[in-house]
Amino acid sequence: MSTGTLLTRTTLMKDLRLEWRSKDAINSMLFFALLVVVIFSFSFDPTAEESRRIAGGLVWVAFLFAAVVALNQTWARELRNQVLDAYRVSPAPANSLFLAKALGNFIFVAVLEALMTPLFIVFYNLRAVGPAYQLFAVALLGTWALVVNGTFFAAISLRTRSREIMLPLLLFPISIPALLAMVEATSSILTGEFSAKFWIVLLAAYDVVFTMASLFLFELVLNAE
Amino acid sequence: MKRAFPILAVVTLALLGYSAYEALVVAPTDRLQGDVYRIIYYHVPSAWTMFTFFAINFVASVIYLIRRNLKADAVAVAAAEMGVVFNTVVLVTGPLWARPVWGIWWTWDIRLTSTLVLWLIYVSYLLLRRFSSGGQMPLLAATLAVFGALDMPLVYFSIWFFRTQHPQPVVGGGGSIDPRMLHIWLLNWFAFECFGLLVFWWRYRLEMMRREVEETQELESLLETRSPR
Repeated sequence: MSTGTLLTRTTLMKDLRLEWRSKDAINSMLFFALLVVVIFSFSFDPTAEESRRIAGGLVWVAFLFAAVVALNQTWARELRNQVLDAYRVSPAPANSLFLAKALGNFIFVAVLEALMTPLFIVFYNLRAVGPAYQLFAVALLGTWALVVNGTFFAAISLRTRSREIMLPLLLFPISIPALLAMVEATSSILTGEFSAKFWIVLLAAYDVVFTMASLFLFELVLNAE
Repeated sequence: MKRAFPILAVVTLALLGYSAYEALVVAPTDRLQGDVYRIIYYHVPSAWTMFTFFAINFVASVIYLIRRNLKADAVAVAAAEMGVVFNTVVLVTGPLWARPVWGIWWTWDIRLTSTLVLWLIYVSYLLLRRFSSGGQMPLLAATLAVFGALDMPLVYFSIWFFRTQHPQPVVGGGGSIDPRMLHIWLLNWFAFECFGLLVFWWRYRLEMMRREVEETQELESLLETRSPR
């Protein structure tokens, strides 16, 4: 195993173990997403037909807001005891560190989605009219689109004042095309009125472009003085 | 260079006055829309000028990432601010025209939405510059500028999938326009670019001066701690 993959695996396992023992991020994300579901549910009180139309937007907005919680603590944790400085002076490749963090966030958000989706189905009486298996592709690509940029921008907002507020301010404008694609794809699958193909391809393109850009620029951001 | 500024300012002012006169008085009234259409003499040139500045910002950001040239960073911040100003003009004049002609202030059409997203991205860029400090700020801002530039084609394609309501471009888009109108249009564009570049140049000088002052202050405080009187 090369040094890079070893570093990725070690950091990822460390983050997962930390999260498993504290459950800080996942608990607050879950509760936050639950609040969004409940509040939206009784402020709109939609019928099954309506909720199929709006559920795509609701689900992804809830996940996006909840994901910020996990993203914000990505690097903040490494500031204690100057762990981040230790990463910077070590000869380990910066991109392996980035990949570990992005994968960790991906797992957190994916767990959140897996736990919240049944609740959405219950509260909004959802049933997919279109091909439901495509929802997996949308969730997979969409979650990666959120966390890859989120992990990168968390590293940027770490260097600013009031960093917790800065992350959504940077992340949301850039994520607009990805969010639009996720929402539209989910709605078209749920209503079965349109094909979601275009949106899935767009999401894949978004993922490729920003994964490349993040890997290309992360070392500069990590070492910024 | 410094002495050239008042001369250029007077020339630009005269140009702006002349182009405003041409746009409001000389230009023929549109057969269908009446006088309302005259706002395009401000709306479209502002949009083109906005693109000029965002392009300057992107090029300067890439140069900064490669060379770490502080002048490139000063160019980037000045261009981003000018771009946001012209972007705001576009976003305000658009609805003013749309209300009487389309009957609505706003619609989620491709050009409107992508212009709004562009505005959001560059405002977040300026916010990042405001909220971070020290020598790392130019680098962080430059990476965000690159991300924003990568995002724009995706924004465009994603919204392109919706129906488009904005009038197709009449210049280079196969539309027809009275040659007199086109002439005044281009004149207005030229005047806006001159005005924008003039302010941009001044903003750039201000940024360089601000940095010089900061450096001097730092140096002074350093010298004071070294030699206690």
